[in-house]
Amino acid sequence: MEAVISTNKLTKRFGQFIAANELTFDVYKGEIFGFLGANGAGKTTAMRMLCGLSIPSSGAATIAGFDVYKQTEQIKKNIGYMSQKFSLYEDLTVAENIRFYAGIYGLKIPEIKAKTIELLERLGMMNEAKKLVRELPLGWKQKLAFSVSLVHSPKIVFLDEPTGGVDPVTRRQFWDLIYYAADSGVTVFVTTHYMDEAEYCNRVSIMVDGVIEALDSPRNLKRQFEVDSMEDVFYKLARNAKRAEQ
Amino acid sequence: MITVQHLIKTYNKGTVKAVNDISFEVKDGELFGLIGPDGAGKSSIFRMLTTLLLPDSGIATVNGYDIVNDFQNIRNHIGYMPGRFSLYQDLTIEENLEFFATVFNTSIEENYDLIKDIYVQIEPFKDRRTGKLSGGMKQKLALCCALIHKPDVLFLDEPTTGVDVVSRREFWDMLKKLKNQGLTILVSTPYMDEAGLCDRIALLQNGQILSIDTPAHIVASFGDILYSLSSPKMYKLLVTMRAYDNMNSCFAFGDSLHLTLKDNSKKDELYSYLKKSDFGEIEINQIMPTIEDCFIKLLKEN
Repeated sequence: MEAVISTNKLTKRFGQFIAANELTFDVYKGEIFGFLGANGAGKTTAMRMLCGLSIPSSGAATIAGFDVYKQTEQIKKNIGYMSQKFSLYEDLTVAENIRFYAGIYGLKIPEIKAKTIELLERLGMMNEAKKLVRELPLGWKQKLAFSVSLVHSPKIVFLDEPTGGVDPVTRRQFWDLIYYAADSGVTVFVTTHYMDEAEYCNRVSIMVDGVIEALDSPRNLKRQFEVDSMEDVFYKLARNAKRAEQ
Repeated sequence: MITVQHLIKTYNKGTVKAVNDISFEVKDGELFGLIGPDGAGKSSIFRMLTTLLLPDSGIATVNGYDIVNDFQNIRNHIGYMPGRFSLYQDLTIEENLEFFATVFNTSIEENYDLIKDIYVQIEPFKDRRTGKLSGGMKQKLALCCALIHKPDVLFLDEPTTGVDVVSRREFWDMLKKLKNQGLTILVSTPYMDEAGLCDRIALLQNGQILSIDTPAHIVASFGDILYSLSSPKMYKLLVTMRAYDNMNSCFAFGDSLHLTLKDNSKKDELYSYLKKSDFGEIEINQIMPTIEDCFIKLLKEN
């Protein structure tokens, strides 16, 4: 299996505080990888290093083959990112947002035109192309934000709590998009507080106090901890966390 | 006690119906949950009941006081924890608590009993500025500040959004204790699994109530046979089941799919349909619906 994320003892210190401590793991092509952890466990710090936004204190990692110390600009070009706080511009229309991001990532004008149509059709949003993003329901914004994060055909997409606050049907439609992307070879790296969503991942890691305490498929984790749900796995691991800090 | 009758609130000159003719009642000592996604109208209901927002029409009372005419009396008798963290970030834990106590003409000592169980968990950090606290600690402090004047009714708007499983469980344990002390509590949440922890719930979508009852009654009124399906190839199974012509609804639920059929007399046909593809070992069970199943069904019907 081809590893698109590969880390070895990746560590980030802030003074005396070790936010992320010797993280070692691989994520494979086309995998849906759930990155879980208690509040303050160090998830955000780890994600920032993997996205080329924060230089590690020690250890090694490559993202899509690029080094997290020296090739951060290449990393940024080869990954997609979407967070709960939308990266979309509310005052631009749906089509303008797509055009803007496609342009930022260096797509040529004919490519942008083709991508815009493809994306609008897949989302069933042809009639909304000229609507301001501000006017869209939350669930549609999230689906659009996800599709826009894939506009430059990245190898990996990072999703930081993508489904907060939406209704249960929209949440599942969002996961349909994730499955579709993974099926076409995109690697999906996702954080969530919904433990049922952890079950949809191929593999899941759980961070506690800066350390990856468990990493396996949901099925194996439930067997290992002798519980019926990922929520109980999480609870067993995180309930003794010392660091409730952010 | 809270009574709400035909409450309506619109924004943008009437174009956005945030709360669309909502009525419900919360009895004394009840733990009542408003369950729904963002945009369902939860926060608008909270702001009207806590007298921070005027309704377009409709009547509501809190402990017998009218939310429009008797707003000052209401403010003295309720505790409110807004959805967005709203304590003073530049003050320490202790300073924030003292500020809220003083505003209500009381002191931390006077009502310490009520907050003790919660406050001892954050007291070791009482000199830390609030802006530097974790989500779970902010949540505990906000609850203390909402309780410090010994309110009769507690309004908690999405207290557990964005916090991890451990903090969520701890928070609900605290609510249960407060309820046992006689407080009336109105709480909102987007997490359907928390609905079962309330005495009664209202399921909300687009400013309207889809259903209102005890969690057990809502589950009992599902009115359809629900199956759970699982196999090692879950995504393939989902795609295959969605294409099945006797499928009424099929959604992923954690490690299984939840399925209802158009015609339950044709259940045997389901087995032969599944046998056509190779899914590995398939497990099919008839199960009790969850609140989330009920919510999805109600969304479809509306």
